[in-house]
Amino acid sequence: MIKSAAMRHLFALPFLLWAALFIFVPLVFVGWYGLTGGDGQWSLANVGVLLQWEYARALELSILLALVSTLVCLLVSYPLCLILTERQRSHGALIFLLFILPMWMNSLLSTMAWQTILEKNGILNQFLRLLSLPDVTLINTPAAIVIGMIYNFLPYMVLPLYVSLSKINKNVIFAARDLGASSWQTFTRVILPLSLPGAISGITMVFIPSLTTFFISGLLGGNKVLLIGNIVEQEFTMAYDWHLGSGLSLVLMIFIIINMMLTAYFDRSEGQVKK
Amino acid sequence: MKKIYIVSICLALLMSILAFSGCGFQDEEAEGDSVVYVYNWGDYIDPDTLEQFEEETGIHVVMDEFDTNESMYPLVAAGAVRYDVICPSDYMIQKMIKHDLLQPLDFSRLPNARQYVGQVFYKQSETFDPGNIYSVPYCWGTVGILYNRTMVDDPVDSWDILWNEKYKNEILMQDSPRDAYMVALKRLGYSLNTTNPDEMRQARDMLIAQKPLVQAYGIDDVKDKLVSGEAAMGVIFSGEALRMMLENEDLAYVVPKEGTNLWIDSWVIPKNAAHVENAHAFIDFMSRPDIALKNFEYLTYSTPNTAVPEMEEDEDYKDNPVVFPPPEVYEGQETYQDLGEDGDKMYNEGWIQVKVY
Repeated sequence: MIKSAAMRHLFALPFLLWAALFIFVPLVFVGWYGLTGGDGQWSLANVGVLLQWEYARALELSILLALVSTLVCLLVSYPLCLILTERQRSHGALIFLLFILPMWMNSLLSTMAWQTILEKNGILNQFLRLLSLPDVTLINTPAAIVIGMIYNFLPYMVLPLYVSLSKINKNVIFAARDLGASSWQTFTRVILPLSLPGAISGITMVFIPSLTTFFISGLLGGNKVLLIGNIVEQEFTMAYDWHLGSGLSLVLMIFIIINMMLTAYFDRSEGQVKK
Repeated sequence: MKKIYIVSICLALLMSILAFSGCGFQDEEAEGDSVVYVYNWGDYIDPDTLEQFEEETGIHVVMDEFDTNESMYPLVAAGAVRYDVICPSDYMIQKMIKHDLLQPLDFSRLPNARQYVGQVFYKQSETFDPGNIYSVPYCWGTVGILYNRTMVDDPVDSWDILWNEKYKNEILMQDSPRDAYMVALKRLGYSLNTTNPDEMRQARDMLIAQKPLVQAYGIDDVKDKLVSGEAAMGVIFSGEALRMMLENEDLAYVVPKEGTNLWIDSWVIPKNAAHVENAHAFIDFMSRPDIALKNFEYLTYSTPNTAVPEMEEDEDYKDNPVVFPPPEVYEGQETYQDLGEDGDKMYNEGWIQVKVY
């Protein structure tokens, strides 16, 4: 479409500038802060703190909660998207919209709403009392944090899944059935592999924000459950140790890169299946 | 021909923009002499008093706000911004003095501050500003327990109640390393400025033991939860306690007998201030009794101004021991000191251990 090389460079310029200013330069800063100590000398101390039990434990818990919320999101979204795409119902779009709706609300606000639902004297417990059922203690527990993560990040799973499932050519499915595949076989051999890219990007888009969140764990965990994101926040806002905060961010980045490498690997093997 | 035409239009536009911006710049310069740049806590002053200051002195006030001492410090230390008056807390003033960021005040230009700010508070200020050279107290307060009388039937006079199993899940703590440690250190009978590793370890273990009883660690949400009755008691700053007690009459405030943190926020002038004279005028204006009264009624934080209690007529405040506490509440209390980088690190790491446990 764009013929001359000069023109192409010109068109790329805004993004290149953006990337340099707001992606590359900040990364260099994070790397520099993370790998130096307060005295300006190079050191690995800020990354090495993860060998201390308190930091390791926070990271371990963060990964666990992120995995749980990702899994639940996947298990909720997949059947939903399958139904929505298989039967092109007229109100399918409406249901899809309802699942995407949380994205339109300020996430801080909706998390605070969850706080009033899960509180000791919150809406959930008042409802349970109305039915003469015992109270549940959810607020300020890891369970409440997982609920908040699922609510906030579910749309990021639904969107790519829906797109990849609706892109599957119906004729491929018909062909599978014509050639004698059962429903189950059609699903495992045709639909599932073809929807894998959507599932993988959904997993990435839920796992990464879940791993790094601090406000969900702060609000719904009552600051009693400390995730790695909360420690990073504390280092920057309260302790004012930019070096340690950056070092921990670097560690988180390693996990994100591992996640993305897995994604790339699955995408590639997916391409081979197609051939 | 056409090209030259376009170029000349562009030039004309450019020149007019330059001319206009030049004008703007000059205006600012002219104003530059009668202005004071103030760096204050968010919503920490009655806006009316600022207007009055501008009317009476002709000095324009430009105010920026910060929400923690820690976020204010690096901006001032870097020298990138030049403020004329800042309002840091006790230990932060000590740190700024240590790093040579403040200039001595000229008390001959501060008659109100000399006359009306109580000697008790100057004396307490000596713990972080020896000789009272750099700071004039603006607000002060204590940290104590605010509890709901309908939900607590034991007498509340000691930090011990925060470790009482009976109130499991009804207790709110402050989510800040030093404020949380302060409670445990005072309960153990140690100084709240300790950096003794053994004392710190005991305090940490005490906070870990308390954790199952704590409903939440918070900063602002502690207030809402106490007012709404979501929790029975919480650690709170005295200035906020009064406002909350007016919202919910079941709440009562107590300063535990083991002692607490007496904090002071004071006006200081940074070394690189450009309008030193205006800064003095501002500080002295804020120390004037009628202005201090206005600010007190706006903030409901205790004021060090000795003239205010006599002038106060509102029943809610007058004779209220929470806002105008008797001397035994604040005498002999400790004030936070700057512990240096290593000391801060000890508190932060210990606090992470408590939270992760």
